[in-house]
Amino acid sequence: MSAQRGLLCALAVALFAAPLLAPPFWVTLLNYVGLYSIVALGLVLLTGVAGQTSFGQASFVGIGAYTTAYLSLNYPAISPWLNLLVGFALTALIALFLGLITLRMKGHYLPLATIAWGISFFYLFGNLETLGGHTGLSGIPALRFFGLELRNERYFYYLIWVVALACLWMTHNLLDSRPGRAVRALKGGLAMAEAFGVNAVRLKIVVFVYAAALACVSGWLYAHLQRFINPTPFGLNQGIEYLFMAVVGGAGSVWGAVVGATLITLLKQVLQDALPHLLGREGNFEVAVFGVLMILLLQRTRDGVWPWFARLLPQPLPRAVVPATPLVKRDRVRGDRPLLVVDRARKEFGGLVAVNDLCFDLRAGEILGLIGPNGAGKSTMFNLISGALPLTRGTIRFNGEAIGSRQPFEIAQRGIGRTFQHVRLIPAMSVLDNVALGAYLRGHAGVLRAALRLDRGEEARAKAEAAAQVERAGLLEYLHAPAGSLPLGKQRIVEIARALAADPLLLLLDEPAAGLRYLEKQELAALLHSLRQEGMTILLVEHDMEFVMGITDRLVVMDFGEKLAEGLPGEIQRNPAVLEAYLGGV
Amino acid sequence: MNFSIALLLAQDGITNGAIYALLALALVLVFTVTRVIFVPSGEFVAYGTLTLAALQLGKAPGTVGLLAGLAVVAGAMEVRAAARDQAWARLPGRLVRYVAIPVAIGAAVYLLAPYRLALPIQIALTLAIVTALGPLVYRVAYQPLAEASVLVLLIVSVAVHLTMTGLGLWFFGAEGSRTPPFTSATFRLGEATVSGQSLLVLLFSLLLIAALYVFFDRTLYGKALRATALNRVGARLVGISPGLAGSLTFTLAAMLCAFSGVLIGPITTIYYDSGFLVSLKGFVGAIIGGLASYPLAAAGALLVGLLESFSSFWASAFKEVIVFTLIIPVLLWRSLSTHHHEEDE
Repeated sequence: MSAQRGLLCALAVALFAAPLLAPPFWVTLLNYVGLYSIVALGLVLLTGVAGQTSFGQASFVGIGAYTTAYLSLNYPAISPWLNLLVGFALTALIALFLGLITLRMKGHYLPLATIAWGISFFYLFGNLETLGGHTGLSGIPALRFFGLELRNERYFYYLIWVVALACLWMTHNLLDSRPGRAVRALKGGLAMAEAFGVNAVRLKIVVFVYAAALACVSGWLYAHLQRFINPTPFGLNQGIEYLFMAVVGGAGSVWGAVVGATLITLLKQVLQDALPHLLGREGNFEVAVFGVLMILLLQRTRDGVWPWFARLLPQPLPRAVVPATPLVKRDRVRGDRPLLVVDRARKEFGGLVAVNDLCFDLRAGEILGLIGPNGAGKSTMFNLISGALPLTRGTIRFNGEAIGSRQPFEIAQRGIGRTFQHVRLIPAMSVLDNVALGAYLRGHAGVLRAALRLDRGEEARAKAEAAAQVERAGLLEYLHAPAGSLPLGKQRIVEIARALAADPLLLLLDEPAAGLRYLEKQELAALLHSLRQEGMTILLVEHDMEFVMGITDRLVVMDFGEKLAEGLPGEIQRNPAVLEAYLGGV
Repeated sequence: MNFSIALLLAQDGITNGAIYALLALALVLVFTVTRVIFVPSGEFVAYGTLTLAALQLGKAPGTVGLLAGLAVVAGAMEVRAAARDQAWARLPGRLVRYVAIPVAIGAAVYLLAPYRLALPIQIALTLAIVTALGPLVYRVAYQPLAEASVLVLLIVSVAVHLTMTGLGLWFFGAEGSRTPPFTSATFRLGEATVSGQSLLVLLFSLLLIAALYVFFDRTLYGKALRATALNRVGARLVGISPGLAGSLTFTLAAMLCAFSGVLIGPITTIYYDSGFLVSLKGFVGAIIGGLASYPLAAAGALLVGLLESFSSFWASAFKEVIVFTLIIPVLLWRSLSTHHHEEDE
């Protein structure tokens, strides 16, 4: 048994024994820690991993609580377990709506919308007669479980913690899966995630709905534990506290949610007892202390306290990659017909024409270099092909289809893989996982399948493919190292391996040699040579003439947004116009 | 509803809307220059009202203690930063900015408070002390995180809001206060009665907006702030220090909020925690302007004021719900007019 498993077992035993040994007061506290952990877990995924924030989780807790309270009081024939499903449906609807209207915009609109929603919820529920107004609803029936009525707090404790641990397990699974890698990529910038076929906006909405659903479960449990509810615990202040739990605990780890919920719950208990004595008056002074602690914590670290705990724990060993059936490959495009046709592509930024009616094409199996001096418009042209920028005019056809007006993730679906001029890897994630993100489009597992661990077959195939690409790129020894720990040259190679994991028909490389040392350039050139042997079609945007000469079949030279010359490397080297553009006249 | 009630409601709505407009301008200003979503603006409003109320009673307001405390912390942070960078030359200037001036203002208010001076002087003292809090809050809470993401800054803002609410309870107690009106004069304008108080609120708001316009259009500091809002890196390259831009912005924003607090005091009873809801109405206005456009933000705030006043007539229990639900069509419209996905900075 590994040390990790040992610790988990010890924790499970402690959790099981706690209500048998602890006094009732502590059982109550632990119940709350469990309920809060479930909500904080959703925020860990939303805030810590996906980089979005909500202050309105308490109102989703309220939706869960009020739904089951209202239904069990008015329709006692329906089992409260079914009410949970109704709560889910309502929660999902509201979260979907809020997500749809905010998540296409910059990240601060969701939190602002959730603040407004949190306040509206509080006043709405406080004023609706059918929901008991500010006095709330009482006499909510206890849950029944196979004939056993969960009236006793100790019984309820087990239900809460079974649910909490199940949510923890599901969220942990989710993070270690195809959609999980995509969620983690969101924080590194939408452009990167979309380049591998992730529909970033949709994924953000899914994550928000997932977090809201966890909050709803917590509310459902709360209503049947308390058997009385009013709007107060679902107000904005509680929503803020949930977010604090996630941030204090450590927004990047599922265990951070439990640690954060425990710390805030205990601290609140202590402060609520101590502060009024200390200050000599009654009031919610603890919020001021929370505020100060939060400011101090964020000024010191953005990762919360979980990393301090994690350092004390034994590190889990990386799981070995097992052989698996290879993923399905795309049909290669054969023959001499052009794979990519750029026809009078034009991009204007206001009055500036960055790309001026450029035409060129690229045959299957060819390596084409797009070169030119600084500011020639190479990167803009690159972004037009990858979909990062929309065309002003003209067409770009890939494999017979116009792609000029497509989003980056749609272009990725059609078989174009790319790298980034400024390396965009997820630094804390292993090289293997980073490369596996490239194979995103070759899998299908969604959030639910991943959370329930029904994706293992597909996952093994994706990992095997990623490992094969890492090996092909000569980085096998770094397979389990965090990508951020590699030197720049190796990180660029990881980017190429990631793009290859997508099984692209066309590989777009954006200045892959920029900033590399001599030896690193040689390694890169060797990798490109071996790709050429395999018949990969590559468009290489590069600044470094010497590097390009050795590996390209053909060159297109750009200057001031226009095509200056086109031809074989040897011809280009002697072309007077090119020499003048590069060297300022000879 | 008859015409005279409608006129009355409109007058109320415009008066409140003018106050929300000042807040909306403060929020847009702070966001564009520092990327901070200024959630604690409401506490500056409440501190404004409650400070004035304390001065009316001849008591030294609790904000004096907060000012002194923050000045000490900010001074210590400056000394530490100077020691770390071995940059002692800049220290005296910083200590004047963050310690000497706030302490002088605090001392003046503390000493003058028992004399119950005339209302305009009390207002001036209130504005001075609450405005002085602005740059200190920026220095202590935000400046160490100036390079953090908008998201982290937002969480810090919420933390500052909670801290200031808790401190407000401690300094001013749980009882609400209302300050006396500046004037009790009323005018008849055709069928409607217009209160002199409403006119003064409008007049002061317009004066402040005009003053801001002159500041941004004519002065070097105003232009520096505009440059920072447009391009942070560029502004830094031409020598505009982000620290100075931040503390200047917070000075202006705190002044606008304090002014709102003074203006709203005679209209509603303000408690230590009332500021938040008031500032959120400013936020709805600011969001209508996309947190970027001043005129749209001010217009949005007026709309919020009117909506609030009319919905308090028709459905007073759901007044807040209606006002905050306004944000949904606004966001929907903004979202639909966003074509490409926006990336965060």
